[in-house]
Amino acid sequence: MKKTASLKKENRHLGSHLLLGTWSLIVLFPLWTMVINSFKFKMDIYKDPFGLPVKWNFDSYLSVLRESDFLVFFSNSLMVTLGSIALVLLFGSLASYAIVNWKNKKAHLLYLFFIAGMMLPIKIGSIKLLEMIKGLGLLNSLLGLYPIYIAMGLPIAVFVLTEFIRDIPYDLTEAAVIDGASRFHIYGRIIMPMIKPALATVGIYNLVPFWNDLWFPLIFISDDKSKTLLLGVTRLFGQYITDWSKILAVLTLSAIPVIILYLTMSRQFIKGLTAGAVKG
Amino acid sequence: MRRSAFKGNLTMKKNPFASYSWYLYLFPALFFYLIFMAWPLADSIRLSLYSASALAGRTFIGFDNYIRLFTDTETAARFWGAFRNTWYFFFIHMVVQNVLAISFAFMLTEKTMKYSRIYQTIIFLPVTLAILVTGYLWKLILNPQWGAIAQLFMKMDIEKAIQPWLGDAKYALTAVALVSSWQWVGIPTMMFFAGLQNISEELLEAADIAGATKWQKIWYIKLPLIKPVIGIVSILTFVNNFNAFDVVFSMENANGAPQYATDLIGTLFYRVGIAGQHPVGIPNPGLGAAIATSTFFMLMIGVIAILRMTRNEK
Repeated sequence: MKKTASLKKENRHLGSHLLLGTWSLIVLFPLWTMVINSFKFKMDIYKDPFGLPVKWNFDSYLSVLRESDFLVFFSNSLMVTLGSIALVLLFGSLASYAIVNWKNKKAHLLYLFFIAGMMLPIKIGSIKLLEMIKGLGLLNSLLGLYPIYIAMGLPIAVFVLTEFIRDIPYDLTEAAVIDGASRFHIYGRIIMPMIKPALATVGIYNLVPFWNDLWFPLIFISDDKSKTLLLGVTRLFGQYITDWSKILAVLTLSAIPVIILYLTMSRQFIKGLTAGAVKG
Repeated sequence: MRRSAFKGNLTMKKNPFASYSWYLYLFPALFFYLIFMAWPLADSIRLSLYSASALAGRTFIGFDNYIRLFTDTETAARFWGAFRNTWYFFFIHMVVQNVLAISFAFMLTEKTMKYSRIYQTIIFLPVTLAILVTGYLWKLILNPQWGAIAQLFMKMDIEKAIQPWLGDAKYALTAVALVSSWQWVGIPTMMFFAGLQNISEELLEAADIAGATKWQKIWYIKLPLIKPVIGIVSILTFVNNFNAFDVVFSMENANGAPQYATDLIGTLFYRVGIAGQHPVGIPNPGLGAAIATSTFFMLMIGVIAILRMTRNEK
């Protein structure tokens, strides 16, 4: 009797809920103030920084979207992020396919060589990279970011995709081989559809660091036309110095797309980002 | 066995060089990885042995950059300052971020814990945001005059507790490190979470039957079993903090204000090697490469040390 009673009490986990609840507030509070104050008029922010707006102000958003280069920055980031991810998945899956099926010692060494990159921060090579991008004439161009993001994304891609392709039962490809399907056909028609979940994991893993990268745009790009979202945010942050409503609108606009994406598929995000867990 | 024999047949039939045709599949990945990752990392080591001013061209100067970095009065003061700050920054992450993470993970993996999913989603949320954005946001919140925290303290009538957290060299680095911990705590939490979920149910039940308390189970069963995860988390924390840059850049600036109190190796590297700094204003790639190379070796030593400490002796 006594035991069940104490168990019940233990099962309520009051202390845990208290700590986790407090932490949830600490996480949500800044985001709440960010979103809510971006809809207030400047003076109302000072008067009541925590409550809902008395009068809703949408002008900050309109002027950020219309009068600043925000949308240019946004589409630049979208292009670079999605383009780099697509190429990482393509090159990574091709390489993993070869690593799994090429029965050769070299293949295993190459595999180790690739995954060593998961521990090496590419930032350390920035000085050389800056020189190379300058030499290629890609300074101030979005094109300069692609090769670097591709190189950054490949180690985890090879790591995750190799595991996955290795697990594909041979019987599945056998039939195709007997029918005389080429190696490339097998890759495109059988392997790729089978590893979709792994491709999603790798995609998400790279999405956040590519989208949120400040470092490489900062050192490569000074021309407004080619700025990525985060680099653009630093410029707008300086430009709107004390116009809080606008600053918060910029911050909200740059954070919201990822937040929405995250909330709709949080499991995949958590799985993806802790997969090898080297963040940018 | 059957598999390899079969593949061999197939490739022989089609093309005598078939096994080399795998290079075709490997080529694109290898190309980008070699040229834009491996080569720049390796060549940075060479560059650190050269004097580099873009105008005068490069001259080989041996270890002069390192000697300057470690001993020259002004340069060394900055380097060792940033070095100390980076270790302190790392220390705060270990103590605050990772201890919180492991505690969260213990709570979230309790079998009877409710709302575990919701808590996980919230704890992980900041990870998906740019630290640049959250850094700017916290900078506004921490403003001692009108920031949200100052206002909160005023309402609670503890105005004395309000400090210029980011402007005072005493608090600045701690404040920045705490914001960074707030941002990243979700990753170690979920890694510990996954590690704890892998512990076999039977083992814990056996401990229950033997009369082990909650804390005994944590101390004698769970912690030893997740030692490898503790190792991975420590390595990640170590590697990432040795290249932290964005959080200081957004909350203070690339100079590590106030008075270099928040200057990390990442910001020093940026100023010296890439942006150029006061009073010269031109970057010194040779010296920058020396900072990068030193970081590289520190990372290697640190990673190996952590791996040794947390290896499971089994």
